[in-house]
Amino acid sequence: MKKIITVLIFTFTLTSAVSAQGFLSKSQVHGSFEVDGMYYQADDALGITDEEINGNVFGFNGFADIIYTLGDFSAGFRYEAYLPPIAGFDPSLDGQGFPYLWASYTTEKFSFTVGNFYEQFGNGLTLRTYQEWTLGYDNSINGARVVYEPVKGIILKGVYGTQRYFWAKYEKNGRGIVKGFDAELNFNDVFSSMADSKVKLIIGGSAVSKYQSDQKESLKLPQNVGAFAGRFNLGIGKFNFSSEYSYKINDPSAINNYIYKAGDALIFSGSYSTKGLGIFAMFKRIDNMSYKSDLDVTSNALDINFLPAMVEAHTYMLASMYPYATQPNGEIGYQVAITYKVPKKSKIGGKYGMGISINYSQINDIAREKANDSTDGFYEPGTMGWKSDFLKFGDQVFNRDLTIEIDKKFSRKFKSIFKYIYQDYDIATILGHTGDPNVKAHIGIVDMTWKFTSKKSLRWEVQGLWTQEDKGNWAAALLEYTISPHWFFTIADQYNYGNKHSYERIHYYTGSFGYTLKTTRFALTYGRQREGVVCVGGVCRQVPASSGFYVTISSSF
Amino acid sequence: MKKVLIIVMTLLISGYISAQETKQGAKLPSVNVKTLEGETFNIQNINNDGKPIIISFWALWCKPCKKELDAYNDNYEDWRDETGVKIIAVSIDDSRSTAKVLPFVNGKAWEFEVLLDPNGDLKRAMSVNMIPHTFILDGEGNIVYQHTSYYEGLEDEIFELVEKVAAGEDISGKQ
Repeated sequence: MKKIITVLIFTFTLTSAVSAQGFLSKSQVHGSFEVDGMYYQADDALGITDEEINGNVFGFNGFADIIYTLGDFSAGFRYEAYLPPIAGFDPSLDGQGFPYLWASYTTEKFSFTVGNFYEQFGNGLTLRTYQEWTLGYDNSINGARVVYEPVKGIILKGVYGTQRYFWAKYEKNGRGIVKGFDAELNFNDVFSSMADSKVKLIIGGSAVSKYQSDQKESLKLPQNVGAFAGRFNLGIGKFNFSSEYSYKINDPSAINNYIYKAGDALIFSGSYSTKGLGIFAMFKRIDNMSYKSDLDVTSNALDINFLPAMVEAHTYMLASMYPYATQPNGEIGYQVAITYKVPKKSKIGGKYGMGISINYSQINDIAREKANDSTDGFYEPGTMGWKSDFLKFGDQVFNRDLTIEIDKKFSRKFKSIFKYIYQDYDIATILGHTGDPNVKAHIGIVDMTWKFTSKKSLRWEVQGLWTQEDKGNWAAALLEYTISPHWFFTIADQYNYGNKHSYERIHYYTGSFGYTLKTTRFALTYGRQREGVVCVGGVCRQVPASSGFYVTISSSF
Repeated sequence: MKKVLIIVMTLLISGYISAQETKQGAKLPSVNVKTLEGETFNIQNINNDGKPIIISFWALWCKPCKKELDAYNDNYEDWRDETGVKIIAVSIDDSRSTAKVLPFVNGKAWEFEVLLDPNGDLKRAMSVNMIPHTFILDGEGNIVYQHTSYYEGLEDEIFELVEKVAAGEDISGKQ
């Protein structure tokens, strides 16, 4: 692969050298970089001692991403360094190098990429490669991709390669090779009779295969594992429906404890919306759908597909205490959401109107029946695992979430957000706190902003979380002063006042400030990070408690 | 590996120098995004008849982004009357919430166009690290200004710049 890139770039340099003048004036370079640094301190209250830190007082994550474009040709790379990775990132990231190196040629109908690339088929149920810096997640494919649009409305894609696994090189008989094909057809573009129709229909399908040689002596494993999916998107006036169903052949792996069951997944969603009102409903079911290019890997890496966690994504301090993560071995659930804008100049809406949104989701385990004779339950290696009724909800509730939000502007200077959240959270299954009961928590949030002048404003948050389970009650407050477009200053505290153990009633205070100049941002934070989970894009990482300084510098150009 | 790097570096440096020389803002990359109806659409095909365009990256899970877009929406009518500016909000929500974007946008009664970038293809191609990230394009489609993060009142600054761009002023070197 690297040879191909070298040759490409070399050829390109030669040709361009010939017409140096034209080349120089037409080429473009842009990119971005970020540096995140952490300085750790001992902290008696958090139980972090000097011995535990043991001299490892610094954590450092950084990257630089550069893209070069000349007409239809573009190429780029990303350099990454984790020296060593910040606490909470996978220790396997330790190191530095160029994990992302690519070149591509794109015309109106055709695009060809070699090197590393990110791709998604449909909703990603069969294939999705992506990168999430804040999680240290990257499952890019290193290989080749072709995208071809023979006529407007038809898009064909093919991919071939192996996935990134931290810094490990691909080796023969190592991790699997991924091949995939996707086709999408837009009826309104392809059939002239539908060009002006109110009915908008797009259908698509994909097939993905991974090849990994069978190195196990105890089990006979399928070396080629195929996954297939079909999807549609249908719009009829104010209604919109979309769905994707995916099926995967038997794929014994460390995630499902080497059972021979086939897997499938279904997502169906519908919405009705008109100006000022949006209604959304969704159903989903996942059954044994973990699909990785190495069957022995259980960490957040080498995923070929993406199983979206379809619940409200919370970002307020206390609301993000119990984030849901998709259970790849099985889950069934639904979600409904309403967004409504009370019109301006109405009785309730007042001068500026008022926004209301309600979101409810419930995710349960699927209903399972044993499909094997062993006495060891569903996860007995070498068996068919379980059988499951397609539409039946299991008894175990993984997650329920009711979120009600009201946002209201009272005057030109003053506006606020009120939020109530109820969560029912299976901490045993999702976070591995075996034996603990579901956490049932009520959360209240008030977020207010006062604008002193057109550039200066003060925002404050008051939050409470009330629960009998886990660590008990929490209170939190935040004060943020901003001067647009450059400065912010924040102080915040999260206090676990309701903890059963008085020595664990800890204040997690932080103070930070930052400066932004166009696309360059600098921020410094000092304080305590509470133990928790950071989730983005359905992947989560555990963050240990820590104390110290955190600095981030980010820029793009 | 090292050779590749050296070659790439040389290219980059020369490219960078030339970019400096020409003083012309970069153009939009050729990347497919989706409309809220699921239709595939190349971002290079957007145009506003020689008037400025604002492109703002956001997501349902990003509070400051939604504040920024609310602020734009409150002013959109006036801004359009005065400068003819067009706002395009690009959602980087992934498949967890792409289907929720359409009812949300309508429920909010946002007046501007919203596009979907579900796997971050456009985000990557435009070197967007964090959101909100806002670009201003002049009438010829050159990127003349960009900014990350949103604090109360940023919309006034953005609009001042849009006014200058609409009047034909070159703002790419300023601020």
